[in-house]
Amino acid sequence: MPNNEIVLDFKHKQSAHCENGVVSNLLRYYGIDLSEPMIFGIGSGMFFSHMPFVKVDGIPVTSFRPLPGIIFKRVSKRLGIQFERKRYKNPHKAMDALDEVINENTPVGMLVGVYHLSYFPAPYRFHFNAHNLVAFGKKSGDYLISDPVMEGFEKLSYKELQRVRYAKGLFAPKGHMYYVKHIPDNLDINGAIIKGIKKTCKDMLTIPVGMFGVKGIRFMAKKIAKYPDKLGTRKASLFAGQIVRAQEEIGTGGAGFRFMYAAFLQEAAGYLKQDWLKEMSAEMTQIGDMWRDFAATTARLVKMRENHGENYKQVSDMLMNIADAEEAFYKKLQKITQ
Amino acid sequence: MKVNEVPQDDANMLDGKLKEPCYAVDENGNYTTIKSVGWEAKNIVMQQAWSNISSKIDKVRLKVLDKKLSPIAYYMEKNIMSPKLLSQYTGFFSFTVRRHLKYKAFSKLSDEKLKKYADTFDITVEELKDLSLLKLESVNNAE
Repeated sequence: MPNNEIVLDFKHKQSAHCENGVVSNLLRYYGIDLSEPMIFGIGSGMFFSHMPFVKVDGIPVTSFRPLPGIIFKRVSKRLGIQFERKRYKNPHKAMDALDEVINENTPVGMLVGVYHLSYFPAPYRFHFNAHNLVAFGKKSGDYLISDPVMEGFEKLSYKELQRVRYAKGLFAPKGHMYYVKHIPDNLDINGAIIKGIKKTCKDMLTIPVGMFGVKGIRFMAKKIAKYPDKLGTRKASLFAGQIVRAQEEIGTGGAGFRFMYAAFLQEAAGYLKQDWLKEMSAEMTQIGDMWRDFAATTARLVKMRENHGENYKQVSDMLMNIADAEEAFYKKLQKITQ
Repeated sequence: MKVNEVPQDDANMLDGKLKEPCYAVDENGNYTTIKSVGWEAKNIVMQQAWSNISSKIDKVRLKVLDKKLSPIAYYMEKNIMSPKLLSQYTGFFSFTVRRHLKYKAFSKLSDEKLKKYADTFDITVEELKDLSLLKLESVNNAE
């Protein structure tokens, strides 16, 4: 293999969430400056789901975001940006294809698993396979990596990169890579913002299954109240702790993306010249603060190992209040027009 | 959350490798990001998750030292894997992996097969077979 060196002029900007961050950084390479909150809002990244019968390690899955890859798909569709997406059965071919595209001066996004990602903090190295990063060059045999979660550039060897591209398990990346193919001359950013907002309101208010959106929050509130009686001390605290982890783990920017969404609404107000969105932003900030209070109270429960029914009743009530506040919020927001 | 409310509760959860951007409102009401080293609520639930994993690892470790389970079972737990995930990494069938988790089946495995496991766990075959390593491990897992 030719030991060619190539370094693209790629500007790295750290973001809270990897999927938003990779899209934002890739587009910036082509002169399109859209912040992480803008990508998040246009891609309708705001979501909620609580699925008691989908369990990881025996603990129910709670999520504050849609399935991996969805934000990315929606952003490209709503802005009319075409991405080439490829998967490879053969790991060597996947690496050759990556080299080829980089050599054409094109930065390449990839899906990877974080468990074997050497530069990642150890406490966050679980078998999570839907992480995104960009390779934008090669130097002394190493790949130059822009990982949106990290503050600066990172490096990975051929072997390391191949390994994380072929991580196994749920959402196995299978060598998935993507890069920008075509960007239209006129981006309809305002149109994309409106579509993004409408979809978020719809998802949070109208999915006819009780586990999603505002209904999902109420559903979880009812469940959590019963935890101590149903599960006993240890399990109740594990189940409750997992909810807080989903809300605050790396990538949400705080309060299960609620603050990021408030930041988006503030920027959207400027784009659309609709001042009322600034008030909506402030309202979402307050909702975010309510989520933070919920997390702090729940974490205290976990730490004290208390399992009195009344403690869990208290956090359940907090969630009910959040659900009411969010419902009122999306009902106002869905009236948006251009 | 206001910029001056962004918590800086360090519990070494980020390994000193990064600070995490948090979205917060500045004095003029505008959103910005503030880098944070951690938040107590989050540290508590992260530590809870890891101590849960550690206690599982330790239970298996004692069973391996009793020669009820094989070292593969120990390193599987240590790598937070399930038999299914381990089967995907090694290429063995899931039921084969389950059999190899028993000490008796393990003692009959060829070095060639053991190497597939050792490679997955990032250790050598010798380390995989060396039970004395497990006697020291309880201290390391308590971190």
